Amino acid sequence: MDSQGEPTMERARRIEYLLRLADSPLVLAHRLSQWCGHGPVLEEDLALANISLDLLGQARLLYQHAAALAGGDASEDRYAYFRDVPEFGNFTMLELPNSGVASAGAGDPDYAFTIVRNAMYAAWQVELWQRLTDSTDPQLAAIAAKSLKEARYHLEHAADWMIRFGDGTDESHARAQRALDSLVPYASEWFVPDALDAEACAAGVGIDCAAIRSPWLERMHAIAGEATLRWPGDSEFCSTGKLGRHSEHLGYLLTEMQSVARAHPDAAW
Amino acid sequence: MTARLAAIRELVGRIPDPEIPVVTLADLGILRDVIDEDGAPAVLLTPTYNGCPATEAIAAQVREALDAAGFADARVRAVLSPAWTTDWIGEDARRKLREYGIAPPACMAGAAASAADRAALAGAGVPMIAPMLRQPQPACPRCGSADVESISRWGSTPCKAHYRCLACREPFDYFKPY
Repeated sequence: MDSQGEPTMERARRIEYLLRLADSPLVLAHRLSQWCGHGPVLEEDLALANISLDLLGQARLLYQHAAALAGGDASEDRYAYFRDVPEFGNFTMLELPNSGVASAGAGDPDYAFTIVRNAMYAAWQVELWQRLTDSTDPQLAAIAAKSLKEARYHLEHAADWMIRFGDGTDESHARAQRALDSLVPYASEWFVPDALDAEACAAGVGIDCAAIRSPWLERMHAIAGEATLRWPGDSEFCSTGKLGRHSEHLGYLLTEMQSVARAHPDAAW
Repeated sequence: MTARLAAIRELVGRIPDPEIPVVTLADLGILRDVIDEDGAPAVLLTPTYNGCPATEAIAAQVREALDAAGFADARVRAVLSPAWTTDWIGEDARRKLREYGIAPPACMAGAAASAADRAALAGAGVPMIAPMLRQPQPACPRCGSADVESISRWGSTPCKAHYRCLACREPFDYFKPY
């Protein structure tokens, strides 16, 4: 990569940006893995397990890249298993429990909630990876080119079900609408740049996250329209997961995800 | 060195894929190259799907084969770019897949994540409404009928979808274009 010149962004900040990019797919991969063996039908169980694996693969490549830049004892496992809540920069939406926002994590998992969340995030990832294929960080551009193919397939899967749910029975429509109403406010933070986003964008390493709002909305409006779902009005709410200020749900998620690695810190597998 | 590189290419190229043993690492395009890297041979492998569990098994198999054949100094390295595509699967391998009961992938040429692709995407919008209608349908690997239906977007491995032939009624795996 050095032959093509280092991007003009401080190394520590680049690592921070890569970790932020990696934490979202890792956290959603964990949420989706919780469906394993509990999917509504076998085909969907397989679908979510495979989407989860893809997202985990994306996160691993980004962590490995960050670890290579950081040097020393940095590793993908250290990033995934030995950081705490405030160090995670995933979007808040992705840590919400599979049972939905209002359940406080206590209710049964809701497939409409999972599908609508996956559709929104996959549509965002399509915009992200497409643009990152032009990143001035060649390794990040290579990861993006691979991940883009996966994100498109994930979007097809989720959009397909979102349309079936919305344009299905009264029950499936009501659940899909409830999921959309509760999830849309959590997408706001995806499009509001902070100082790190701005630096990454200026250096050509990252994307202009405000600029992808309009193509994302256009795609989501089209899917929601086909699904006969009403797009919720704007809200003032803006979550702060990418800044490390999370909902109460991430702590429980990390406790579960990190328990084996922390119980056996020197284990290799 | 040239002879050693060729011998390694031959050795690694014929290792069967752990999930679909009827095709080899060379057939699938997973073996990208064997090069001289500062005086030592380096085997360049590319992962298929980011999350494919076979990726690590493949690297381990390659390592084992190299050691057993006396190429302990050879390195095994992953390369991500250019991103793997099913278009690298050649005609012969497609025939082998078909005979094994797996419908080979449709051609993705032009759909890879290239600048041309992005321009095409921007033009077409690709909003993916009712997307299953857009996908080219595979032909049944057993009877050749094009009258097939999708059962599941994912099959026994991340790279396959599950279909059913409506002519001969047999279910079959489809190697997804990627």
